[in-house]
Amino acid sequence: MLKRVHFGPSILPFLLVAPQIIVTLVFFIWPAGQALYQSLLLEDAFGLKTEFVWFRNFITLFEDENYLGTFQRTIIFSFLVAFSSMSFALMLAGMADRVVRGATTYRTLLIWPYAVAPVIAGALWVFMFDPTLGIITYALSYLGYEWNHKLNGTEAMALVVIAAAWKQVAYNFLFFLAAMQSIPKSLIEAAAIDGAGPLRRFWSIIFPLITPTTFFLLVINVVYAFFDTFGIIHAVTQGGPANSTQILVYKVFSDGFIGLDLGGSAAQSVVLMAIVITLTVVQFRFVEKRVEYQ
Amino acid sequence: MIENRPIVTLASHLLILLGIAIIAFPIWVTFVASTHEAVRMVQIPLPLLPGDQFFENFQEAMNRGITGAGNLPVSVMLLNSLIMALMIAFGKIAISLLSAFAIVYFRFPFRMGFFWIIFITLMLPVEVRILPTFEVVANLGMLNSYWGLSIPLIASATATFMFRQVFLTIPDELLESARIDGAGPMRFFVDILLPLSRTNIAALFVILFIYGWNQYLWPLLITTDQSMYTVVMGIKQMLEAAEQAPAWNLIMMTALLAMLPPVAVVVFMQRLFVKGLTETEK
Repeated sequence: MLKRVHFGPSILPFLLVAPQIIVTLVFFIWPAGQALYQSLLLEDAFGLKTEFVWFRNFITLFEDENYLGTFQRTIIFSFLVAFSSMSFALMLAGMADRVVRGATTYRTLLIWPYAVAPVIAGALWVFMFDPTLGIITYALSYLGYEWNHKLNGTEAMALVVIAAAWKQVAYNFLFFLAAMQSIPKSLIEAAAIDGAGPLRRFWSIIFPLITPTTFFLLVINVVYAFFDTFGIIHAVTQGGPANSTQILVYKVFSDGFIGLDLGGSAAQSVVLMAIVITLTVVQFRFVEKRVEYQ
Repeated sequence: MIENRPIVTLASHLLILLGIAIIAFPIWVTFVASTHEAVRMVQIPLPLLPGDQFFENFQEAMNRGITGAGNLPVSVMLLNSLIMALMIAFGKIAISLLSAFAIVYFRFPFRMGFFWIIFITLMLPVEVRILPTFEVVANLGMLNSYWGLSIPLIASATATFMFRQVFLTIPDELLESARIDGAGPMRFFVDILLPLSRTNIAALFVILFIYGWNQYLWPLLITTDQSMYTVVMGIKQMLEAAEQAPAWNLIMMTALLAMLPPVAVVVFMQRLFVKGLTETEK
């Protein structure tokens, strides 16, 4: 951690860490502490009286059918996003790894959606699936299917999953391709000499060897679906219809800023913090260890 | 190439091209929409081939904006986004470089304590502390300002970790010889450490620029003054206005303009982008 050769104590290092520490304390630690504190308070509707209620906000939260529904929905949503974008990216990376010619060009053509803001990704997809105008809605109605995500909750969920997965394919592709390209060619050649075809080689050699990357991406994708998809949901459905696409992050926002339920929103923030901490620990402990398989 | 199977190879190429087509289709639709007149964009079916109104739409969006979304010209929003993205990227890089330097090269009291305070920011993304952070910023009077847009986002554990990693690989002999030559800590930092971490700084810049440009929830909360809107937020306002009077040609033109800078950064600085992505995630 510390260099063997280093500078002795003086005022300088304190000045050097000061900017970051001040920003962290003022905008990270203090607000997080406030959220913890507020989650233990109950405020009446007009904000006149506050009462210290220990864990009642949490008990209310976990007895609330609506919140539990949101929790369950968030898990389904993040599973669907992770699964669809990872499998699509895995397939493309497997192909790109096979073809020698053009792999770099393909990479360039596939990685740019990473740079598209979630809310813009949402705008693009909502435009294509617009119930009256959308180009895909039109194609679907040609096939005899009436698409309207403003009324149908399942369709709304499908749309936000598609938009969220679309944006994440680039990232997954990049890491899958890098992992595949780092597998020693001799292993693949040996398998080929033993008569294994491309598909067999993929499932018996390549896929097991990239397991660490797959685990890593799984965590990253779940974090992405939990926290970074706010913009997509806000642009596409605003949590509707009838809360069918409301996920945890969206609920914190709508309860806190629109519903003005401070205690409830703070309690939800604390639950989210617990989730982030768990995921970070999983990423650092479990995934980091798995990487050292060789 | 392991073995020669032309059919499998051809199939692979075709599948990748199909994948690229699926990924790129939304952008094509966006581009097409931005090249037609408003009238054409409410007729079903919508066009799949570009029209001839691209420059007219471009000028209208850039100079006049969209009715119902405050008429704020997109050029103003783009400028706001650029300032915010640059402030976030430079701010994060600057404070992380300094704190990583202090933690790696100095022995001082509470060194590990500071390190853990920085580490904790990893676990507190803005989404989980929305309300209380908003209160802090409001109390400091930073609503509707570039400072309020950028400073609460610039503490970064990942950047600090990355620079720490880079500094740890720099040979000790460099510091020893710098000292013999009479260089103080800041001289060593500016003349030796900074030049040696140049590529890492550039790679990180690419990632952070995209991160800053694409911020949505935070600007949404703290800007109520329209002249401070960023382009990513502006899109959402336009979508809401589109419920009554759809001006899809202009909305899609704005979407195109909003994604152009970060996409260009990814495509043209691909090598740095990949480096930045893989190193910050470690």
